[in-house]
Amino acid sequence: MSQLLIDNITVEFPGRKGDFIAVESVTLDLQAGEILGVVGESGAGKSTVGNAVIGLLQKPGRMIQGEILLDGNRIDDLDENLMRALRGKRIGMIFQDPLTSLNPLETVVEQLIETIDLHLKVGAKAARKRAIDLLGQVGIDNAEVRCDQYPHQFSGGMRQRVVIALALCAEPDVIIADEPTTALDVSVQAQILDLMRGICRDRNVGMILITHDMGVIAEVTDRVAVMYHGRLVELGKTAQVLGQPKHEYTKSLISAVPRSDRRIDRFPLVTYIEDVGDMPDIDLDAHWLGQAKAYEKNDGPLLKLTDLSMRFITRHSIFPSKRQFLTAVDEVSFDIEHGEVFGIVGESGSGKSTIARMITGIYQPTGGKIEFAGTDLTALKTAKEINPWRRQMQMVFQDPFSSLNARMRVADIVAEPINFHKQAASKEECREIVNDLLEIVGLGKVAARKFPHEFSGGQRQRISIARALATRPRFLVCDEPTSALDVSIQAQVLNLLKDLQEELGLTMMFISHDLPVIRQMCDRVMVMKDGKLCEIAATEDLFNNPQHEYSRHLLDLIPKFGAS
Amino acid sequence: MERGVVADFFFRISDSDLWYSFWHTPIAVGSAALSLILIVGAGFAPFIAPFNPFDLATLDLLDSNLPPTWQVGGDPRYWLGTDDQGRDILSAVLYGSRISLLVGFASVALSLVVGVGLGLVSGYMGGRVDAIIMRIADVQLSFPAILIALLVDGVVRNIMPKEVHEELALYVIIFAIAISGWVQYARTVRSSVMAEKVKEYVQAGQVIGLGAWAIMWRHILPNILGPVFVIATLHLALAIITEATLSFLGVGLPPTTPSLGTLIRIGNEYLFSGEWWITIFPGAALVLIALSVNLFGDWLRDAINPKLL
Amino acid sequence: MISFIVKRLLQSALVMLSVAFIAFALFRFVGDPVANMVGQDTSTEERIQIRKALGLDDPVYIQFLNFTKNAVQGEFGNSFTLRVPVSGLMAQRFPATLELSLISAILALALGVPMGVYTAIHRKTLLSKAFMTISLMGVSLPTFLIGILLILIFGVVLRWLPTFGRGDVVDLGWWSTGLLTASGLKAIILPAITLGIFQMTLIMRLVRAEMMEVLRTDFIKFGRARGLSDRSLQFRHALKNTLIPVITITGLQVGSIIAFAIITESVFQWPGMGLLFIQAIGNADIPIMAAYLVLIAFIFVVINLVVDILYFVVDPRLRSSSESGSE
Repeated sequence: MSQLLIDNITVEFPGRKGDFIAVESVTLDLQAGEILGVVGESGAGKSTVGNAVIGLLQKPGRMIQGEILLDGNRIDDLDENLMRALRGKRIGMIFQDPLTSLNPLETVVEQLIETIDLHLKVGAKAARKRAIDLLGQVGIDNAEVRCDQYPHQFSGGMRQRVVIALALCAEPDVIIADEPTTALDVSVQAQILDLMRGICRDRNVGMILITHDMGVIAEVTDRVAVMYHGRLVELGKTAQVLGQPKHEYTKSLISAVPRSDRRIDRFPLVTYIEDVGDMPDIDLDAHWLGQAKAYEKNDGPLLKLTDLSMRFITRHSIFPSKRQFLTAVDEVSFDIEHGEVFGIVGESGSGKSTIARMITGIYQPTGGKIEFAGTDLTALKTAKEINPWRRQMQMVFQDPFSSLNARMRVADIVAEPINFHKQAASKEECREIVNDLLEIVGLGKVAARKFPHEFSGGQRQRISIARALATRPRFLVCDEPTSALDVSIQAQVLNLLKDLQEELGLTMMFISHDLPVIRQMCDRVMVMKDGKLCEIAATEDLFNNPQHEYSRHLLDLIPKFGAS
Repeated sequence: MERGVVADFFFRISDSDLWYSFWHTPIAVGSAALSLILIVGAGFAPFIAPFNPFDLATLDLLDSNLPPTWQVGGDPRYWLGTDDQGRDILSAVLYGSRISLLVGFASVALSLVVGVGLGLVSGYMGGRVDAIIMRIADVQLSFPAILIALLVDGVVRNIMPKEVHEELALYVIIFAIAISGWVQYARTVRSSVMAEKVKEYVQAGQVIGLGAWAIMWRHILPNILGPVFVIATLHLALAIITEATLSFLGVGLPPTTPSLGTLIRIGNEYLFSGEWWITIFPGAALVLIALSVNLFGDWLRDAINPKLL
Repeated sequence: MISFIVKRLLQSALVMLSVAFIAFALFRFVGDPVANMVGQDTSTEERIQIRKALGLDDPVYIQFLNFTKNAVQGEFGNSFTLRVPVSGLMAQRFPATLELSLISAILALALGVPMGVYTAIHRKTLLSKAFMTISLMGVSLPTFLIGILLILIFGVVLRWLPTFGRGDVVDLGWWSTGLLTASGLKAIILPAITLGIFQMTLIMRLVRAEMMEVLRTDFIKFGRARGLSDRSLQFRHALKNTLIPVITITGLQVGSIIAFAIITESVFQWPGMGLLFIQAIGNADIPIMAAYLVLIAFIFVVINLVVDILYFVVDPRLRSSSESGSE
């Protein structure tokens, strides 16, 4: 008998514009000691399944069909008190963001003791002992001392360990982990996944691991369920589903995952989710946009950074000696040649985004030189001197939701840079250019009259790209342009960026924390850590023969996926 | 799909969540309707009121201190009774509401412009400009608004001769209330701006090369108007109450241009002798206005941003 | 923590200095202080004499320095109308205002916080709706009107409670209290309710808004998923996290009670500082206005300091910010 059986459940959310079916007729079973992955992109309903199991569906959502059985006993119809007794004791839960999952005003041990004593009724003293044991078991060193600290004194990864310890307090039979590693850096992610696998094996705990990340699925799950738009489309042994997917959606999803083992030209089969127009028949060379190529070519690299540094003040004081600084970028030098795609890779806090923001003028560097086409930008003072150079470099941002002004129409968003830099002779010409740009990025001119909120994340990134192209730049900075997107959408956007780069002869700086993406996109790569440069190498060389220790470390951490 | 600009505008409003929430919250609809009726009623006081309380020729001392119509001794001409001068209370209340609302709207508009402007600059520029504006705000916050208004009013009263002051009292009180209220706008706008300016759409504007004013005006301002409207609505009720309070304390509007507060002050002297209507009706009008505006503001706050106070 | 408090002290000093300057400017530039002090029949020579004695011919910054020096010692000169030292007047009136304010503040907190918590947890119950209605009345009814209504009901119609004055007071050295006599206690009931209702409303709304915000956070959700009881989630986890913003605003509110006392004192003819101040405005009695201003600012500054220190007690993130380095 399976430990947990989710039998044909349907969950609906009544809403203003009709009822929304978040999960439809989904059946899953979980055996003791196994990890069942539930994978899908946003809107697939995978988190809703987890919440339904633990009886915490967000209001006004409700289960309108099916049942949930724990060890053969129905639990979805229990009253609130009985259900509460199950939570934590029989079913544990781990959430995505360890930074917000803990009460900031109580020490770690206080939170553990409360949960342990609640379920096991062992008294404060025994509970404390068990709490310290648990912390040790989830890999927190020196648990005796650290348990009396507050959550903010732990790093993100350590906090997720505390969260796991909290979920283990009463030795539950089943754990539901909802995107448990999404908020963590790769190196920490690997450790947490290891820990969770160990727990399931050693304690014979069944785990439902909800994630959007195929790499995580490949790494730790025994079986995988693929969900799409609230339905279960495929369920099977992980190796089998990943190796020989049956459903079209699964195939498309797998082909969209960037490969780390070799470079391919384009991502195939990525049209399953969101239909976008093909690139229209616009002769870019003759078009307004293609004239960007007519830039005067300077000798030497297009962009040359020399000893670029950035310090942020982290503690203000009127006494200079008492001020504290964070050196986000520490004397970094590199060149970017005409027409190349230059990648920067590193974990959060490595300073890669800061470099992009110094080049594009959002931050003023505290030291060093930025030479663009032979001109030292750091020496220019007035807006009038700098603006012609601003026009030549544009940026695509990470967050599709905050990077577009929600109060402006798409047409105005794209037209703003054209008008500001006086790139169009008349209003009519400007409007035509905007329409063409929207066609080129695959949205079509109907998009012009709409507002950003009417578009999906991937479509917003396309608008963002259209805006960046609207100054006719020759240098495009892409700062994690796809890290907030689902994989299949990511594949589409990366395809678009590749096409544009080739057709327009753009020079590109591509920033990502995701090595497989870097491999698919870049000619050369720079690896950064803690604001310092580790290594610059041709992409293939880096992947085949990394020189720096940290590069090797990062490469080791890539989830092994795509053995097909 | 294609719509005209105007039709599109109305479609967007009628399709918005705010509009939906409004029509599905009876209290919101009721309070908005009541506010509208009161505002229109007060605005058209000269056309609606049965008498002109400022026309001395119509006053008759024989009609003074008459109770409301339905009480013993009431006169059918004066529904809500008369005051010690023989003025019709209903007419006085209508005219008084007009003045109270005028002061309320004018002082809210003035604080809003000053506060939003300073808040934008403070939040976006940061550094020294921000420090100076916020220190001024801090000092001012060391005093409750009512005290500032009292003080401004008291000082002006001392500088000006009495006759000039009576003429200018309306402007003085608008200024006094406006000055006491800008800080709240400035602080809210500042913190909204600081949250907005690190967002990527603002950085995109910087990458394009837009100047600070263009970014503040075209990009940030439209995105922070929600909370400003909420504050303005709740502030309107507060401004009307503040004006009434100042007038009640005798440092607001003079009896020659009586607001609701002035009327209550006048009536208060007769409270102990039993002529309650002279005080209670203007008081009820004041409460009705404040209540309907507050109810609407409350709904607006819950709909836009429940964290505002 | 020490450095933080020192910084706060410096800021407070700056605020006090600015307020002192405003008070000084009032005294010096609004009207002619000499003309305000003397009668019609004082000769020009005498006036010049007084000018000199007051130091009004000195450079302005020296005058300001002297003003500040005196202010620190509590000296604000003589009242223009009453011809006695302002410091004495204030000292005499201070106990009345403080007793009234304290009672109202306790009333506002003791009712406002539980009502806020209750309405945040039970959003749909009848009692909750009743509380919300009361709170709306509280913000929509001007303080003076509440006072008038209370007087009308309990004073004029029912004749239960006195409607003006402080009743009998007992002198305890330099402090005169009305809280030790029956008539004094009776007299404080209506003014305290009048003054407290508005503050109570604000505190209740604030607690409710913050509590609802905290109840939506992830750690409450995670607590629920661990099977913690609603009681523990609401009172142990949520309430404590609600306290931080509540302390800030409550501090300011309690401070503003003292100023709002102006209205209440004027309605109930309560012999406190507020009444003195409102009369001073009517009579252009600048020294009293200046002294009152400085005193209110001082009370505010002190309350703010207390609030800052309370932060450290409540929030461990502030206590250990120097030793962490977690990220």
